[in-house]
Amino acid sequence: MSLPLDLQILNSLAALLLLVSFAMLSQRRIVTLVNLLAFQGALLCAATLLLAWRTGANHLYVSAGLTLALKVIVLPWLLHRLIRRLDVYWDTEPLLNVAGTMLIGLLIVVFSFGLAQPISELASTATRSSIGIAVAVVLLAFFTMITRRKATSQVVGFLSMENGLFFGAMSATYGMPMIVEFGVALDVLVAMLVLGVFFFQIREQFDSLDLQHLEALKEDR
Amino acid sequence: MEFIALIGLPLVGALILAVIGENRRAPEINVAFSLTTFLAACALTARVIAEGNLLLIHKQIFIDAFNVFLVTLTAFVGLTTSLFSRPYMRVESEHRRIRPAQLRLYHSMYQLFMATMLIALTSNNMGLMWVAMEAATLSTVLLVTLYRTPASLEAGWKYFVLCGVGIAQALFGTILLYFAAEKILGAEGVSALLWTDLNSVKTQLEPAVLGLAFVFLLVGYGTKVGLAPLHNWLPDAHAEGPTPISAVLSGLLLNVALYAVIRCKVLVEGSLQSDLPGRMLMGFGLLSVVLAALFLWRQKDIKRLFAYSSIEHMGIMTFAFGMGGQVANFAALLHMTVHSLTKSAIFFAVGHAAQKAGSQLMDDIRGLITLSPTVGWGLLLGTVAILGIPPFGVFASEFLILTTAMREQPWATPILLFALGIAFAAIFGRVQPMVFGETTAKRLPHPPALIPVFTHLALVLMLGVFIPPSLAEWYRTAAQLIGGQ
Repeated sequence: MSLPLDLQILNSLAALLLLVSFAMLSQRRIVTLVNLLAFQGALLCAATLLLAWRTGANHLYVSAGLTLALKVIVLPWLLHRLIRRLDVYWDTEPLLNVAGTMLIGLLIVVFSFGLAQPISELASTATRSSIGIAVAVVLLAFFTMITRRKATSQVVGFLSMENGLFFGAMSATYGMPMIVEFGVALDVLVAMLVLGVFFFQIREQFDSLDLQHLEALKEDR
Repeated sequence: MEFIALIGLPLVGALILAVIGENRRAPEINVAFSLTTFLAACALTARVIAEGNLLLIHKQIFIDAFNVFLVTLTAFVGLTTSLFSRPYMRVESEHRRIRPAQLRLYHSMYQLFMATMLIALTSNNMGLMWVAMEAATLSTVLLVTLYRTPASLEAGWKYFVLCGVGIAQALFGTILLYFAAEKILGAEGVSALLWTDLNSVKTQLEPAVLGLAFVFLLVGYGTKVGLAPLHNWLPDAHAEGPTPISAVLSGLLLNVALYAVIRCKVLVEGSLQSDLPGRMLMGFGLLSVVLAALFLWRQKDIKRLFAYSSIEHMGIMTFAFGMGGQVANFAALLHMTVHSLTKSAIFFAVGHAAQKAGSQLMDDIRGLITLSPTVGWGLLLGTVAILGIPPFGVFASEFLILTTAMREQPWATPILLFALGIAFAAIFGRVQPMVFGETTAKRLPHPPALIPVFTHLALVLMLGVFIPPSLAEWYRTAAQLIGGQ
């Protein structure tokens, strides 16, 4: 039994998304990290377009447009500008070495597929097999955030998590209602602007974006 | 009409204050907008009492007994806090802790924050509620970092990241909810995310999916409620931001987040036909109460002390909502009201006390009663009220919660009593020398705004002695809506 061509492409896109998440997990150069994020956004956009064409759902076209504008163009551009202006190109050694991170990442993927199993069984969408991948992308992004020290890398992890959530919504239900997607997109954009301001404040105060400086507020000061 | 005014006024206020925020009269404009918002909330309440539940703007807005009382409370505390912030922020700018440009940001974001909370409370669409909750975080992040000190930047970053990650979990929960609902309500339109529509078909929703969704929703919104072990951002954000912001974060935002959790719980309980969601709430609630009570002992900063006390009280409410049933829900709603009134009153008093002493460290604050009797009495009475001493309202609600717990969940009563006892000793032991000790500090240039403090405390006292029948009726209807058990 072979799947129709468009589904095969969709599945490969999903697999690529997961691969990009792993690449992000090990990448220490922040510029590359942002490029990977943009690439992940592009994959998400392509998958949304393909699904929109397949199901004929108009709102998915809008959603793909939003993804393209925000995740592929605006946010990476903002991040690149921030990196240049703040002059942070490298993350310090992650809290865990690369081999260990990868091993834990593998376990996370297995766990995600287990978690997504009951949802996939109930889903009626053609893309239900990729729900597991979406959960894995979310959790891997979360793990990236935990293991990084630089504020910029944590933010990239955060945005990658958002990508995973969108992919999950798409695979399980062909996307959320329009009004919600617009709201979420607006929030993400505002969050980035707030962060931009915030980074400059951190920088002004500590002369670095290393989050190690932000560990003074312990319980007993 | 009332509704448009309720949401529109703070939004317009945010815009106007963003433009003319450096004006000398900005604090008064802020008060004016808060006052008109409060009047709009009162008008809305009157209409809901007269006409019953309202569905507005293509069913996107839903107002019933449960949220309209929170809307009024939010608008009221928003008004009193703006009154308090007028002299407080003047003193701060004279002490050169903030510049005029920062004051503009502060006033504009204050109004925006009120608007996002009111949208989150009234939205019938679970997705929009999520959007508004996230917007509430975003509008306050830059307020927490207003002083630009290293500690405040750290607090802001923690707040942003922890609540951001938390709220992302809640988004996943919302997606799962939509996924389950769309099978029954269809994907056309946005019906599958409307709470009222979901509520009418809740028994048909797939239990396995809703159970999973609830875990994510509880963890997500629970982070914003400040439930342990996800509470780390809360003491930092409360302690490092300006005091009016601590007051609205503690008195209002936590309530709004808990409101979101309860709305979800009603749906999930209907689908699961079991008390699993209630048990989860009870577990998280008890854990928060106990952990917060223990952490209270280690605090040196007065605002952190009362921030931990907020975690404790949110835990008590969560526990009560988890028990469910008429009486427990009634008590939890009452506790929501009295806690937010008392806690904001305490923060007002604490703000003035810390300004007088020039420090937030409790060891530096001494002799308030001789220095400024009104601030001293405000802090003392507020503390007495929050510790649950009769005849204040907190006593009434805690008493109801404890007696219900004895009947329904006897195992939890000793834990609750133990935690309340520890908290009592910790807080009272700290506040007593601050109020009565010796001091050498001098007076402040601006007279403190104490009307808000005593208005709040008087209301709490009234709620402890006598709950007006109309208000009681209102709580009862809301308690019935939430159901449980």
